[in-house]
Amino acid sequence: MLWSDIVSFITQVLSRHRFRTIVLWVAIAIGVVAVNLLTALGEGAKSFVLEEFNVLGRNTLIILPGKKETTGGMPPLTGESPRPLTLEDAQFVSRLSGVKSVAPIVVGNLEASYAGKIREALTIGSSRDFFIIRQLSVAQGKILPELDLDKGEAVCVIGNQLQKELFGQQSSLGQRIRIGDTRFRVIGVLKKGGTSFGFDMDDVIIVPVANAQSLFNVDGLFRLFAEVRVYQQLGTVKRAIVDLLTERHEGEEDVTVISQDAMLSSVQEILDILTIAVAGIAAISMLVAGILIMNMMMITVSQRVKEIGLLKAMGATSSTVRTLFLCEAGLIATVSSLSGLLLSHVITSIANLNFTDLQFHPPWWAQVGSIVLAVVFALLFSWLPAQKASKLSPVEALQGKQQKETT
Amino acid sequence: MIELKHLEKKFHIGDQVVHALDDVSLRIEQGEYIAVMGPSGSGKSTLMNILGLLDRANSGDYLLDGINASALGEAERTRLRSDKIGFVFQSYHLVPRLTARENVELPMMLSGIPVKQRKKTVDDVLDKLNLMDRAHHSPNQLSGGQRQRVAIGRAIVMKPSILLADEPTGNLDSKSGEEVTKLLESLNDEGITLMIVTHDPTLGARARRQLNMLDGRIV
Repeated sequence: MLWSDIVSFITQVLSRHRFRTIVLWVAIAIGVVAVNLLTALGEGAKSFVLEEFNVLGRNTLIILPGKKETTGGMPPLTGESPRPLTLEDAQFVSRLSGVKSVAPIVVGNLEASYAGKIREALTIGSSRDFFIIRQLSVAQGKILPELDLDKGEAVCVIGNQLQKELFGQQSSLGQRIRIGDTRFRVIGVLKKGGTSFGFDMDDVIIVPVANAQSLFNVDGLFRLFAEVRVYQQLGTVKRAIVDLLTERHEGEEDVTVISQDAMLSSVQEILDILTIAVAGIAAISMLVAGILIMNMMMITVSQRVKEIGLLKAMGATSSTVRTLFLCEAGLIATVSSLSGLLLSHVITSIANLNFTDLQFHPPWWAQVGSIVLAVVFALLFSWLPAQKASKLSPVEALQGKQQKETT
Repeated sequence: MIELKHLEKKFHIGDQVVHALDDVSLRIEQGEYIAVMGPSGSGKSTLMNILGLLDRANSGDYLLDGINASALGEAERTRLRSDKIGFVFQSYHLVPRLTARENVELPMMLSGIPVKQRKKTVDDVLDKLNLMDRAHHSPNQLSGGQRQRVAIGRAIVMKPSILLADEPTGNLDSKSGEEVTKLLESLNDEGITLMIVTHDPTLGARARRQLNMLDGRIV
């Protein structure tokens, strides 16, 4: 049989058994769409999270109090230690040769009030360098002034959302708000910046670190950011910081220094596993579609027993019959999976127009994989029915009998 | 020319062995017109299936135009069948989703004959069977007689040397039956070997040679 005839024969079968064709088409397309959308979602979430982490910049080291014995996995995000990391430690770190700037961090929740309105807000105590390291900028006013780390000044920069809630349309610059039991002058309002690194930057108050320490009545730091001058020195500087702090802490290595790269790679690993898990779940829907194909083909074979008998009587060999059935499954799987792919691109494009924060793009391996999987499953699952059809004896098939092998 | 030598065919039904063909020897010259008659279960259909290469005998030889068909493999038998044998069935066995024309074309398509060559041959056959105006109808839009004419068209489109017809008029009224019989006889006049299996004595009597079968033997 000529290939062009096989194609036209199958096309006739598919177009003249419309209901069956549509059911198969929908089943396969849904499988392909599921794989592509779920992996797009996974990848979108991944790039979103990685971007969040990236805000720090790869020249930044994070120093946490306490020695964490970690053998892979996420580094500790909170640390408790009998010996705190102090402002003095921060000053010593800032004097190391490879260090460009440091930003000590003290955080906590405090009530902020203005003209009778009270809001609870995340209060971050830090320095001017914090704005540079975190790439934060102000919409109005200015950022924290350059101060010695242990010198306080009753000024604050507030988040965009907080400014609206406390002041409404009124200007907040120069106004005094009460934070805890101290009054601070507002000198700047942050640009609308969304969430980053778990902090909602629209809803924070940033004050000089010394003021924060007295507000919370603590000596220690929550953590310390240190930015190195050149990326190549990251390892050396990291070592130098550990050595310095060990020396300062009476010979005990009780701090943890992590680089963004280390953090990113473990986060990336987790997200990769998530994406693969999600893709695996989607692949199950492909398997279901495959089984549906098998059932449909089985039904087709039994409905078309007489036709198969006739084809064989008219000169079709067993292999021609098998080819016809396999190609039928292959053709519908190819057409359906391609249209499924097209559909998932349409859906992600619409989603991308509506959500600007998260971008969905099915990864190339999911696109190729879903189509290959659909076609392979279709062929695999129709092999059995095709084999059954090709084995039919023409005499019995013409009488409409299905089984019973002849000798 | 067909030659059968001591053909045997047995079926096992339960623990009973049925001799569908019992030492059948037969010689049929090219262009003969033969009717095979006999009661149900006498082995008519089995003989027909073996002659049509749809089934194999348990023992004995079958020579078709000098080729020993009993010795061939399945693929070669399939090729021989499509080259030399045309089938006409009682219940037509047209493919319902294909048009009359496509049904006639089917054997040529299965044999891999190029489209251009097919068109001419199919046109000739449809013209000869007076089916040109029905070419694009599907089988369920055709009358019984027309359906059987389409089936005959399909049987002769590969220009076989033998036409095997199993109760070709069994599902037809007497008028269409007469038309179909005349058509088959005119094909026989053109040189094709015609073999009709039938219960109908009047149809059987028209053949130039009658084979009566009983319990797997020609009597």
